Amino acid sequence: MTGAPVEVVVTGYGATTPLGGDAASTWEALLAGKSGVGTTQGAFTERFDLPVKISAQLAVEPTDVIARVQARRMDRCEQVAVVAAREAWAHAGLDGDEPKVEPERLAVCVGTGIGGAVTLLDQDDLLEGGGVRKVSPLTVPMLMPNGPAAVVSLELGARAGTHAPVSACASGAEALAWAYRLLQDGDADVVIAGGAEACITGITVAGFVQSRTLSQRNDDPERASRPFDTDRDGFVLGEGAGILVLERAEFARARGATIHGRLAGYGLTSDGYHITGPDPSGAGQSRAMLKAVKTAGLEPSDITHVNCHATSTVAGDVGEAAAVRKALGDQPVLTAPKSALGHLVGAAGAVESLVTMLSIRDGIVPATLNLENLDPGVSLDVVRGEPRKMDIDAAMNNSFGFGGHNASVVFTKV
Amino acid sequence: MADNAEILSGLAEIVEEVAGIDAGDVAAEKSFVDDLDIDSLSMVEIAVQAEDKFGVKIPDEQLAELKTVGDAVDYIAKNQ
Repeated sequence: MTGAPVEVVVTGYGATTPLGGDAASTWEALLAGKSGVGTTQGAFTERFDLPVKISAQLAVEPTDVIARVQARRMDRCEQVAVVAAREAWAHAGLDGDEPKVEPERLAVCVGTGIGGAVTLLDQDDLLEGGGVRKVSPLTVPMLMPNGPAAVVSLELGARAGTHAPVSACASGAEALAWAYRLLQDGDADVVIAGGAEACITGITVAGFVQSRTLSQRNDDPERASRPFDTDRDGFVLGEGAGILVLERAEFARARGATIHGRLAGYGLTSDGYHITGPDPSGAGQSRAMLKAVKTAGLEPSDITHVNCHATSTVAGDVGEAAAVRKALGDQPVLTAPKSALGHLVGAAGAVESLVTMLSIRDGIVPATLNLENLDPGVSLDVVRGEPRKMDIDAAMNNSFGFGGHNASVVFTKV
Repeated sequence: MADNAEILSGLAEIVEEVAGIDAGDVAAEKSFVDDLDIDSLSMVEIAVQAEDKFGVKIPDEQLAELKTVGDAVDYIAKNQ
């Protein structure tokens, strides 16, 4: 069922995350209840006396996958975007010598929250140490926030437009929304859409520490990210990328593509309330959810599963659960994949949208890890302990970002 | 002072590091742009590394004149 004139389907996907170097291994690890969180590896942990020593770092280094000369021209967040995009491109059957989609009908929407922070820091060190001559001529293209989208567009030869939504932790989901619009507007037949982030470094960790948003459970990393649990104390910073191949259904069927799911609708709103804190009334989040349901041509009661933004912060999780209940009712079964993945910032909405779609396709919802005592402020059913088998016709992913950005996307069964 | 053969092999190492072209393919008659497919950004990196390695200065207007690997070797040999 679709309320929009153009049916938008998912024909391929790719990911590189703290749980695995590709989408299949990530999904398998999520269902197995594994955690991607550990003690942070990196020189900066010794250089600065940071109170947070844990993070969710990639399972597979992108430089193990990308050729050296190509990798050295890209920031780490661009590298992860390329790794996930290559996988998605091949998975959708778009690779090979014969082009399956005209470059002029192929668009890219890949968002990031921070962009090339690592490059900015490295090149600043070179400037300080050796002067302007030591600074790479690739500094700007490596640090710019449209970099991940741009390198994917170069890799695949996309010429119908390349876009880079930047809305902090909502960027990855907003990219899917933009892609949906491009397909609705007839601007492309295929859109490579998602998010990328790789900014685990001293300054970002310090900045999040000072905004009092990170978990400090250094002695027990795998139990640090615990959305909806009464003992949660903040999120765990992660890195990775997720890419979906979104396509006009008519085009996909004509080329005989495998269809994994349908992106049925989206809702984007803003709180206009506070730079980091969500509006405690949850009004902006609820409006995003209702808009997503409406563009999907559904009723709120049709949404039986919500893959939550829930980051494991004290204020955020309970507020989201209340906003879900207000917008959709008591029936949605919730899960919070950041309990296993950590918070992938600008990639979170894309990776977790992929998880949402796979939950519909495979009829199973991964458990929220570390949920020992459900916060009494949460009255909805949250999957914990074991993954739950359930038949899902329509599910939602929520992603919210610093700045008051709210993005909800709805997937339906094909 | 490096001789022309040493300059060529040193330059070839830099080109391999920056652009991923096998050092053995970096011959005097090859054009950086047309034969080796090196873009203007990589040329800047190659020039900076060559300056450090051979103790020369390669101003931007001079860099634009160095069309082939042989041009670069000759320039470095004269100015080191």
